[in-house]
Amino acid sequence: MSARNRELLGLIPASLLVTAGFAAVFIQQGSLSNVSLTYGAIFLGLCVAAHVFLRIALPYADPYLFPLVAVLACFGLVMVYRVDVTLARQQAQWFVVALGLFVATVVFVRDYRKLEQYRYLIAAGSLALLVLPRLPGIGAQVNGAYLGVRIPGVFVFQPTEFAKIGIVVFLASYLRDTRQVLVAGARRVAGITLPPLKHFGPLLVIWGVAMLLLVVIRDLGSSLMFFGAFLALLYVATSRLSFVVVGLLLFAGGAWYLGTHVPHVVDRVDVWLDPLDASRYRSTGYQIANSLFAQADGGLLGRGFGQAFLVTPNGGALLPAPQTDLIYAVIVNELGLAGAVAVLVTYLLFVQRGFKIALLARDSFSTLLAVGLTAVFALQVFVIVGGVTNVIPLTGVTLPFVSYGGSSILANFVLLALLLLVSDRARRPS
Amino acid sequence: MRLFGVIVLLFALLVAWTSRWTVFDAKALRDNALNARPLIAQLHVRRGAILAGDGTVLARSVRGPRGTYGRSYPTGSLFGHPVGYSDVSLGQLSGIERYRNDVLSGQGGSELGSLADQLQGKRQQGDTVITTLDPAAQRIAEQQLAGTGAGAVVALDPRTGAVRVMASTPGYDPNTIGKPGVFRALNSAGSGAPLLDRATQSSYAPGSTFKVVTAAAAIDAGRYTPDSVVNGDSPKTISGVPMHNDLNTSWGDISLSTAMTNSVNTVFGQIGEALGKRTMADYMRRFGFYRRPPLDYPADEMLASGERLNGRLLPVQSPQVDVGRMAIGQDKLAVTPMQMAMVVAAIANGGRLMAPHLTDRVVDPDGRTVMRVAPSVWSTPISARTAAEVNQMMRNVVESGTGTAVQLPGIQVAGKTGTAEIGTLGANLTQPSFVAFAPADNPRIAIAVTVERSQGGFGGTVAAPIARAVLEALLR
Repeated sequence: MSARNRELLGLIPASLLVTAGFAAVFIQQGSLSNVSLTYGAIFLGLCVAAHVFLRIALPYADPYLFPLVAVLACFGLVMVYRVDVTLARQQAQWFVVALGLFVATVVFVRDYRKLEQYRYLIAAGSLALLVLPRLPGIGAQVNGAYLGVRIPGVFVFQPTEFAKIGIVVFLASYLRDTRQVLVAGARRVAGITLPPLKHFGPLLVIWGVAMLLLVVIRDLGSSLMFFGAFLALLYVATSRLSFVVVGLLLFAGGAWYLGTHVPHVVDRVDVWLDPLDASRYRSTGYQIANSLFAQADGGLLGRGFGQAFLVTPNGGALLPAPQTDLIYAVIVNELGLAGAVAVLVTYLLFVQRGFKIALLARDSFSTLLAVGLTAVFALQVFVIVGGVTNVIPLTGVTLPFVSYGGSSILANFVLLALLLLVSDRARRPS
Repeated sequence: MRLFGVIVLLFALLVAWTSRWTVFDAKALRDNALNARPLIAQLHVRRGAILAGDGTVLARSVRGPRGTYGRSYPTGSLFGHPVGYSDVSLGQLSGIERYRNDVLSGQGGSELGSLADQLQGKRQQGDTVITTLDPAAQRIAEQQLAGTGAGAVVALDPRTGAVRVMASTPGYDPNTIGKPGVFRALNSAGSGAPLLDRATQSSYAPGSTFKVVTAAAAIDAGRYTPDSVVNGDSPKTISGVPMHNDLNTSWGDISLSTAMTNSVNTVFGQIGEALGKRTMADYMRRFGFYRRPPLDYPADEMLASGERLNGRLLPVQSPQVDVGRMAIGQDKLAVTPMQMAMVVAAIANGGRLMAPHLTDRVVDPDGRTVMRVAPSVWSTPISARTAAEVNQMMRNVVESGTGTAVQLPGIQVAGKTGTAEIGTLGANLTQPSFVAFAPADNPRIAIAVTVERSQGGFGGTVAAPIARAVLEALLR
């Protein structure tokens, strides 16, 4: 069976899932109408359209990535629909725009290796995007972190979502160039292999940028995501574990220092260490405490679609940001541990396909690009799910393809397009 | 590829932590006081109704905003005490609402049953509790008590233990208890303690109504008969201190029965001394003293009756107990109206004390009776013969003694008055009470009435008319 036929087959469960999901939510609301079927049909139509496009444009690309994304996206649509019908409609519209951007990426960045020529431009642009939310007048502070840029009348644009792709492209390109010197010039100091000082500088700069991110956008999660992706790339590029260890130690040291000295970060760490502290419950601890309560309420099998309590009797938010940051808590509440594990496994399958693409790639830039994109994707899932489950301090990033949010969907479809481009080139018979 | 291994490890961490919250720590999280979900969940449950014996709705759930339910009490303050209240904003329950909370909120069924309901898409719905209460008689009891300020009436069916009336004034309206400030106002000093259920939670000096217990003990122990002659002069030295009869009347040598008819203190004081603390303690326990009434009602809304010192129960055998004065219902006796109703119910029922109960049956939303409270003998404090003899003595009280005010045309009533002195000597403050059952030859109702305070009133003049009105409502 050809790759594209397998992909088409893979789309069937996705469309069944979205129809069944909407039907379940509608039954809960007491009015099963043909709207659920309409949603399912439109979604299936979009998927088939995208599939036909892939058939023509990227016939050799990995057949499993797109169905996996379709499953996640339709699952996310059902969850957002359950939280707020209006948001779900907007989310569906964002999907249409995102598919357009997806097609545009495949068409215009067809030879993605040309991106290497613009790497410093991309790096500068990405950094600018990251700093944008701190600029007065347009920055939007969410939960104390600077992650959004308010575009009046349209939406709050989240530049980190796009910056993550730009930075991965830059790092992949930069490391492809310098990997040889990093390895060849390495010296052993006190039993640890260190890269040559000349090239150690740029690495320190990247570490510094990650730390700066922590201070500037006040967000441990984003900075962990970027730095983690960098370490993954560094490891793949040089095959030196010691570089990674040194990097981790540097990051841990920096995070510890900031976590004990920068007031906002200190608050976050305090809440993380004792999420159920009664004195903080009404203020900084409310979000994480209710996230944990919601998960406990879900138990092993969950309460079922539409059964979680999201608002208090007087209309206040019982679970804040249920459609974005805390959507994982809603999933656990309604589908239980079982449903949550299913979602995590879906992400793992996506990550596995991503690394598979990296293995098959024929040139080192392609390999590094696929590794970087996959790693940053996986780390984003880890950062938000880890935050919601209190493995790490909670930060406001989205759950890719599932959370509500235009920037997130657009950026992740671009990420998908790049991975498919790499895959198509790698698997194309020469 | 090692990198994928690291990612798998990180995700395993996520699964582990999710399991921690959903499974391992779930119970602690659900019980956490900060967690508002259990309370909100209760709001979404349609609680079962609470009905009177004749089907009158005493409490029901009404639809509120956003799929929630509120509680409505159509009879207002009338059944405020026995039915109690269920208020989510207060996070509190009382009375039957509290005692039967499991079935009312639909948590009575098995775990498997509720899972089956969930699969069938049924909303959690509570069972209906049908009580033994009689609204017409309850209303008359409340009206009668209201004229006296504060007090309580308990009426039981002596044959089954069914509680027909459980009234306490002052009362409160359970419909308004959740409104801002109301609960605090009801609990404030000077409010007259309207939340206190005086039928089960307040204890009073029973006065001469307790002579029924003394007489039953004296006869059942085989030491006296109704015809035993005792000298009823006044004063008599009891426990080293002179005891007086009412108006200091000296009755000469009289029978026990005559002493009961005229409530002669010195006779019962001597009998108490003669029986001794052990025998008195034994019979009191048999009638239910020294433990909480075996009523289907929240334990901490009931009080055990007996001798009390500084609010704590004092054993009858204690040297601090004056058994002669205890025998006439004075000393440090503190008895709930419910306990006195149980005493007369046992005498009325041939010596067998039926366990009192407020719930008749529980019916599920499909109309099936899931639980029925069967009448059960709680104890047999005295023999049938003793019961018959005390019954006759109590008839005499109503026919020709201190209790004539309770007489009902066509129905023979047996009763006993009580007038305890309270407050400082000479203040002339009394605590009138009355116990009775009727019809005397085949009792269907046993009743205890206590009025908290009266300016010089007697059991026979203040409490007996209340008993009469309630008996009339229940027997006609």
